Amino acid sequence: MQITVNTPACVGAGQCVMAAGELFDQDDDGIVMLLEDSPDAAQQAGARRAASLCPARAIKIAE
Amino acid sequence: MDDAARIVIVGASVAGLTTAETLRAEGFAGSITLIGDETHAPYSRPPLSKHVLTGEWTPEQADLSDPIELAALNLTLIQGARATSLDIRGHTVTVGGEAISYDTLVIATGVAARRMAGTEGLAGVYSLRTLDDVVALRKELATAKRVVVIGAGVLGSEIAAATRKRGLEVALIGRTSELRLGQVGSHLSPLIAALHRENGVDLRLGFDVTEVIGEDHVSAIVLSDGTVIPADVVVAAIGSLPATEWVSDSGLELSDGIVCDSNGLAAPDVYAIGDVARWRDDLTAASTRAEHHLKATEQAQAVARLLVTGEESPAVVPFFWSELYGTKIQAYGRFPAVVPLTTIASEPGGARFVAASVQDGQVLGVVGWNMPRDFRLARADMVAAAEKPQSTQPELVGSETGSQHA
Repeated sequence: MQITVNTPACVGAGQCVMAAGELFDQDDDGIVMLLEDSPDAAQQAGARRAASLCPARAIKIAE
Repeated sequence: MDDAARIVIVGASVAGLTTAETLRAEGFAGSITLIGDETHAPYSRPPLSKHVLTGEWTPEQADLSDPIELAALNLTLIQGARATSLDIRGHTVTVGGEAISYDTLVIATGVAARRMAGTEGLAGVYSLRTLDDVVALRKELATAKRVVVIGAGVLGSEIAAATRKRGLEVALIGRTSELRLGQVGSHLSPLIAALHRENGVDLRLGFDVTEVIGEDHVSAIVLSDGTVIPADVVVAAIGSLPATEWVSDSGLELSDGIVCDSNGLAAPDVYAIGDVARWRDDLTAASTRAEHHLKATEQAQAVARLLVTGEESPAVVPFFWSELYGTKIQAYGRFPAVVPLTTIASEPGGARFVAASVQDGQVLGVVGWNMPRDFRLARADMVAAAEKPQSTQPELVGSETGSQHA
């Protein structure tokens, strides 16, 4: 699995960090920071949840 | 749901599209028909009054999915067609005069902008709900100088901020004496009013617009105190109405939206989600309708999961965000008007803070003002506290935000 983030689209809601804090963080303006772009098997459900809850659809997942 | 099941979704905005996406993600292999009355591919509405209106984004940047993702859903997409009636007993919806059969129907028809009465046929008067609205408005703003925005809600504030960013002269008119911001109500009104004034908006609260002047094209508006404000463009953000007229004689219970149980069920095999739906909240025993992008998303996911797996989802907690002049405002939970906000984190000077609505030691909601990380932490605390009832709530030491920051 490969995660990409579209930071210009990010609205800083923090949904991704709530869903998968080991994969995502926010900078001081709330903008997404990708901590790990190829999550291990145990983290993949969290990655999918983060992508599905992002209000800006700024997180894309390639399986 | 068996593989021969037919799911029909009426409404192709975020709620409808998310339903289809989640059905497929959960493994539904039956047929999905997605019906929308607009001709555009499904798009996101929150950016329309923000980056699309300022011109920083092209309209296409608001698209919810790209053509490849859409094709992968393997659905029948009917665009530019309006559903006109529902037969619950016969399990059909009528679209463009043709009856379409369903096993399960999901209604996600949203709301329509309330138009200003008496301005029919007058050019230069806009509302902002659809992509077509914002494209037409942008075109006219390109040559306009003076804009009057009517509406004291969040949409009015966002339109005022976006048109100021385009360098236009902006007057913002509100009928109420306070500015409202989604579920936060008027708690932040003094701060939002200050933002507008600092950024050069002519803010006038507590006035009705009694007249819109113009022959073929608007030239001015008149306030209830007689003040005449010249306007090249008027944008009315004066509320919206649930799009339910097409089901008015279907037997569905309607009360400012489609009345549903706590899983979105409105009638046998009929669900409603998003802006048009009024779901019962089992916690408060109240039924609520809110026009929030994330609520629409989460209700869509909840209904799709229920249909495929039979599992119920936890109640959706309202989460809302806005951005005005670069200030990010985020709110999670409820904010009763009678409960003043308590500051729980702030930077000196109050330019950034997080505040909470606290009642009887319980955190009902948290709101962040340009402090997204701390807002998220406060929200996580609130979620954790809600997950272990009877036990300790996060300790709050703070002062009333309204007086401190106003």
